[in-house]
Amino acid sequence: MIGSLLSNAGVWMPLAWLFVLVVTWAIVYYIRSRGEARYHKDTEQVRPFLAGHPETSKAAMHVRASNEYWGFMEALKGYYHPLIKGHTGNLNDYICWFTCILAIVLVLVISVGV
Amino acid sequence: MLWNIPYIAVVALIVLGLYACMFKSNLVKIIIGTSLLEAGANLFLITLGYRKGGIAPIFTNAPSTESMVLPVPQALVLTSIVIGLAVTALLLSIVVMIYRHYGTIDAKKVRRLRG
Amino acid sequence: MSAIESLRLHSPALIIAIPLLTAFIIPLLSKIIGPKARNGFVVAVLTGVLALVLLLAHDVITGGTRTYVLGGSTPLLTLPSGYQVPVRIMFVIDAMGVFMGIMCGVIALVAAIYSCMETYEGLYKFYTLLLLVTTGIFGLVFTGDLFNLFVFFEILSIASCGLVAFKIDSPMSMEGGFKYMVISDIGGLSLLVMIGLLYGQYDALNIGMLANRMDYGMIDIIALGLIVTALLMKSGSVPMHMWTPDAYGETPSSVTIMIVGASLSSLYALFRICFTLYGGFIGINVAGWIIVILALISILVGVTMAIPQTDFKRLIGYAAVAEIGFILLGLGAGLASLSGNSVDAYGIKAMEGSIFHIFNDALDIGLLFFVAAVVSYATGQRNLNNLCGLGRKMKYTTFLFIIGLAAVAGLPPMNGFASKFLIYESVFHLNPILAIIGILGSIMMLAIFVKAFSGAFLGPPVPELETYKKVPRSMLFAMSIVVAIIVFFGLFPDLIVDNLAHPAAQALVNHSEYISHAIRIGGV
Repeated sequence: MIGSLLSNAGVWMPLAWLFVLVVTWAIVYYIRSRGEARYHKDTEQVRPFLAGHPETSKAAMHVRASNEYWGFMEALKGYYHPLIKGHTGNLNDYICWFTCILAIVLVLVISVGV
Repeated sequence: MLWNIPYIAVVALIVLGLYACMFKSNLVKIIIGTSLLEAGANLFLITLGYRKGGIAPIFTNAPSTESMVLPVPQALVLTSIVIGLAVTALLLSIVVMIYRHYGTIDAKKVRRLRG
Repeated sequence: MSAIESLRLHSPALIIAIPLLTAFIIPLLSKIIGPKARNGFVVAVLTGVLALVLLLAHDVITGGTRTYVLGGSTPLLTLPSGYQVPVRIMFVIDAMGVFMGIMCGVIALVAAIYSCMETYEGLYKFYTLLLLVTTGIFGLVFTGDLFNLFVFFEILSIASCGLVAFKIDSPMSMEGGFKYMVISDIGGLSLLVMIGLLYGQYDALNIGMLANRMDYGMIDIIALGLIVTALLMKSGSVPMHMWTPDAYGETPSSVTIMIVGASLSSLYALFRICFTLYGGFIGINVAGWIIVILALISILVGVTMAIPQTDFKRLIGYAAVAEIGFILLGLGAGLASLSGNSVDAYGIKAMEGSIFHIFNDALDIGLLFFVAAVVSYATGQRNLNNLCGLGRKMKYTTFLFIIGLAAVAGLPPMNGFASKFLIYESVFHLNPILAIIGILGSIMMLAIFVKAFSGAFLGPPVPELETYKKVPRSMLFAMSIVVAIIVFFGLFPDLIVDNLAHPAAQALVNHSEYISHAIRIGGV
């Protein structure tokens, strides 16, 4: 049947998936449309409450791209520090890596094949 | 043992070329290293074509009793020498522009792209 | 013989000759007819070449492997009269070759359409280099001769280095170009030494002839180790990947898709050498496992190094390294299950998945680089920390970025999910840990691009980014073509897998059929 990809363990039919997605979205939209009618945009209701402090500008509150995964990088600092130091940018190191991997691959392939 | 000297020369050239690429920080010395590697690979190809007692593989007025060395590696090496020339010329012109921008050609200092 | 018949007979030679000739005519032509007509001419030529490639693909998939001999009295004369061995240079085009040919035709056309708006001074040199890269990729995937592979490999490296270092007034482009050229040169010289090792033993350069005479001695094993490492370095697998973000981040973004195509062509060379040349070797399973382990490390290091990046294009460059890891995972799984002339059922599926993923990777990463170029053109910024709130004014670009994000992270219903689904399900049989790390890599890939998306496109508008230059129509048109192909491949993946990727995987595994076509045992 067109639109169905077979692998050894299962089948993937993107058109069927899209159809299920559309049906689910229709159900969710119906449930949402029967919800609260007391929410009005652009009134006092949507402003954040900051315990009496004035709200800073939205541009200052936007999280910049480098700060987004700060917690992840801080937790894996032991892994990241040698990794970033290893990427030196020095051309000699690139060729040293090539020679090391060449030596390891030759040892492995010769010791098994012969 | 005498017949193996070209092969020993090939290994020496390749090792020296790799050493220059791996441990010398001057960019021009890295280019010299790639030239040495090319020379080693070309010498290897030519040496493979040698047949004992052979003469140059030219058909015109060839003496008919002698064997000739293989001509195919010589054709391959001609192509390879030209490719090596093009690569060396390109690398040297890039080094000229790098010196104009960075003011140095030390590989330890020309590394604004890192991390 | 009618015109269509002679086109079909000579299409392999024409596909390589037409871009090469056009590359050399362009500088002269652009002085005569002016820039706009020159752009249209290049796009027309590349469309013609794509049509020829599709004609050739139809021939090969319905009719079997084709050979084309250069210099004989007819193009089909593989064994010259009175000889027992093929001595002429041949193109041997099987299903894997036409798959890569279709990919190259599509990405060259898209890159040419996208570059119609570039405003460099010497733009004709740009098009010359683009056409030379196209010639290099076509020659590399169609050839049946090892030394011809080396020559086209070097043409490809030199032309791509010219493209990487195109902006000569930017110091980092020069640095990226230098590193790329030295790495490619060392890879090419390793290929030359390997050709010497094999030629010295068997006195043959034709891939089919060599595969027939191969007896897997010590020197052949050394040659295998050398060439696998050199091609892994040239395609960008960890730990030899550090040139990849340097080079991809510094090319003019309209042609980064061609540099990605160059890396994928070296993956094609790896496929060809491992399966067709060394297909009957018992120890190839060790090489398969080495490639699988390097693939896993590539996926993990690629996605984790992309998270701390602040430059938009370097981030996408590290994601490209991780995608190469996925392709190598399928390749290694296929190699590790190879025995004689067949693989287990899951091995064929893994190879089909990774061959399909080659095409998807070129399209997805190309689309992301195109979006990065649009952002940098409109706002003048490449640093993600300075970008904020672009989604309000550049709505179409944001939509295209979302589709690229979904495709590269493997979210349904895009094409990335279809190929990754095949790879995961097949390598699970080899070892469950491989599939687990693959899925983890996909999730982190989503994390990387959500970081870029929410940092640059979401958020409030900032005053310093108020002036947007209007995005030219040729850029949006080229990106729309890529998105249309991505969505089509995603919604109907079985059309591509059954008709293109499966014959390609079969052609690679059947190495005795390749040999018999190349040397015609038993008659013309």
